[in-house]
Amino acid sequence: MLDTSIDLSTPAGWLPLVFSLVMALAMLAYVILDGYDLGVGALLLKTDQNSERDAMIASIGPFWDANETWLVLGVGVLLVAFPLAHGIILGALYLPVALMLAGLTLRGVAFDFRVKAKAHHRPLWDSAFRFGSAAASWSQGYMLGQLISGFRSEAIGIAFSALIGVCLMGAYRLLGATWLIMKCEGELQLKAVKWAKASLLMTALGVLAISVASPLVSARIFDKWFSFPYLLLLFPIPLATVVLFGVIWRSLTRLPTRLASGNQYGAGVPFVSTVGIFLLAFYGLAYSLFPWLVVDRMTIWQGTSSIEALWVIFIGTVIVLPVIVGYTIYAYRVFWGKSTALSY
Amino acid sequence: MIELDPILLARVQFASNITFHILFPTLSIGLGWVLLFFKLRFRRTGEALWMDAYQFWVKVFALTFALGVVSGITMSFQFGTNWPGFMNTVGNVAGPLLAYEVLTAFFLEATMLGIMLFGRGKVSERVHTLATFLVAAGTTASAFWILALNSWMHTPAGFVMIDGKAHVTDWLAVIFNPSFPYRMSHMLLASGLTVSFLVAGLSAYRWLRGDRAGSVAAALRTGLFTAAALIPVQILVGDLHGLNTLQYQPAKLAAMEGIWETQKGVDAVLFAIPDAKAQTNHYEIAIPKLASFYLTHDWNGEVKGLKEFGDKAPPVAPVFFAFRIMVGVGLLMLAVSWFATWRIRRVAQMYSAPVWLYQALVGMTFSGWLALIAGWYVTEVGRQPWLVSGVLTTAQAASSVPAPHIALSLAMYLSLYCLLLAAYVSVLFYLARKAASGEGEDSNAKVTSKIGVAHA
Repeated sequence: MLDTSIDLSTPAGWLPLVFSLVMALAMLAYVILDGYDLGVGALLLKTDQNSERDAMIASIGPFWDANETWLVLGVGVLLVAFPLAHGIILGALYLPVALMLAGLTLRGVAFDFRVKAKAHHRPLWDSAFRFGSAAASWSQGYMLGQLISGFRSEAIGIAFSALIGVCLMGAYRLLGATWLIMKCEGELQLKAVKWAKASLLMTALGVLAISVASPLVSARIFDKWFSFPYLLLLFPIPLATVVLFGVIWRSLTRLPTRLASGNQYGAGVPFVSTVGIFLLAFYGLAYSLFPWLVVDRMTIWQGTSSIEALWVIFIGTVIVLPVIVGYTIYAYRVFWGKSTALSY
Repeated sequence: MIELDPILLARVQFASNITFHILFPTLSIGLGWVLLFFKLRFRRTGEALWMDAYQFWVKVFALTFALGVVSGITMSFQFGTNWPGFMNTVGNVAGPLLAYEVLTAFFLEATMLGIMLFGRGKVSERVHTLATFLVAAGTTASAFWILALNSWMHTPAGFVMIDGKAHVTDWLAVIFNPSFPYRMSHMLLASGLTVSFLVAGLSAYRWLRGDRAGSVAAALRTGLFTAAALIPVQILVGDLHGLNTLQYQPAKLAAMEGIWETQKGVDAVLFAIPDAKAQTNHYEIAIPKLASFYLTHDWNGEVKGLKEFGDKAPPVAPVFFAFRIMVGVGLLMLAVSWFATWRIRRVAQMYSAPVWLYQALVGMTFSGWLALIAGWYVTEVGRQPWLVSGVLTTAQAASSVPAPHIALSLAMYLSLYCLLLAAYVSVLFYLARKAASGEGEDSNAKVTSKIGVAHA
């Protein structure tokens, strides 16, 4: 399936491959990490108790800033390593990108304003946080839909993308709710179990819609999945996804009784399983799209910038990325376990 | 219907985003170091007032940082969407510099901010101080990379053009290009001054509302003395930067000074209305030969005029007026900070100082922003019509995004930014009032009891 003219033993062959991997991993990290805090944001107004809202915000407080930095890295790599694709992709997605940016801006600052502004403005900032989160989630899903459908502007492509937007909102809510189950206690935790259950359907629909649509859009993707021996080798992916959905459902059904008796055992299961679904979906998607940056139009080798720039960035990435991963893990360890009230 | 010019729209959109964005990193760079100073003073003296000052200003810092992050994310998208020609032509230079900024600065500051804000009590005091230092260092590193790139766009060096694309021959020459040392020092000093006046101004506001807490006096004097110390250095560095501009970007300098004809013994124009059509100044007030003296250090030195550069000269009026606003604010900063420093050089004098002194400081709270924006308009508009001096014009780099799309998103960004700016300024004063009335201290520095259990 690889273009035979690509020689992976030369830098011109493997550097674009490495950077597409870095970009994909950054986007994956972004979707999971910012996904749970966007989800928590979208759930904020589900409770009208200020103490519970504070607890929800407290659970994401130390992390959201760094979470969003993965988006800057992902888009940054797209910009510097694949400038041609950056122009095509973000040009085609100009309006959803603008909507996403407005949403991210609104929620990022509402997060701070809500505790600092006058008390009677607080519900306003809470709404800004909720709707900013929702707008960012939906537009990201819309962009994903556009990416899969090859940036078609016919009604069907737009409808599909809008649907994926709604599904991704559900999937982020699932991540957010299961994050809350893991990080909170008491009534809020029990509410989060209900929220998680309610988000499962949309998440499943999203995974299904993408799985059905991507082979239909491109005959090449169809062949990648539905030809021997790939069909057998790939079968574990959808199978594992179904199993994980089952695990989440079972866990969410059992948790209320267990949590009510003060037993926190297994409170992390729904979140970890949801992350598992994201990983599998991402893997499936990456398998479908590779090596195309723009489906059936531009490969990572066609879209790449000059190799000399990639070399310079590669050296920096090799040195710095492990350090970033290291102190990110350190930060998560500092705030490990049940979250505590924000205290600064 | 009026025909929308996509290039003009793209420029207005980019300018409004970057204008909004720059306000906040400028504050967080300086404020990060001020917070570290407060923290270190507390560690050394053990006096609670330094920690009180830290607690108040860290709230301002968090809010400022958040605004910087979100507006910065917007920038990372617009580099490509608004100016695709930029990356296509100079991507070999800009790409690595931007990538190094993300890798070495963004993650560091964002991650350490979590520990700095919420980690007290979870990590040792030493680690918390280290996190505070790393946040300040991260913001400064970020400024280093982005100013290296920006300076390179003004005075490109260390590259060759092959087939219309820039290829780097010497990275040190790229980073330490001719205008970089001046721009970097000028910008860091600007950040220090902006923060100094903010700290002094907001503290003066609390003082006027009867807040006599030790932390208020300490913060006010910290801000004031820093401002008084930095402003003469800034004037000197600004002058050196101007001489550097004369050498490398004479067209920009001619616009700043309002000089049309190349001549010897040039007058220093204090005020005028430049007329681009007639290529002359109206209502000019000037001091004979002074400009030649401070630009060339010779009363009869020759300075190139705007006519020399034809269509490669920047629009004169915005550069000319922005420059005067920047210098004017700078001189005002000098007068206010030196007078106030002399007037309240001892703590006891703060009680006898006149009310208007504090009012003046409150009035100067955001003076740094004004000078900052004016200064950036001087340098960025002054570079036009070039995006990268002598390499790429702004028009060549523009995108093919349809004008209505740009107009729609521009309207959305603008209304959002106006709203957020108003909210930011009013919340800062509200935080000060809340702290002054004493309710801020305990309501925010709360408990670390486990949440959720309490109301079971």
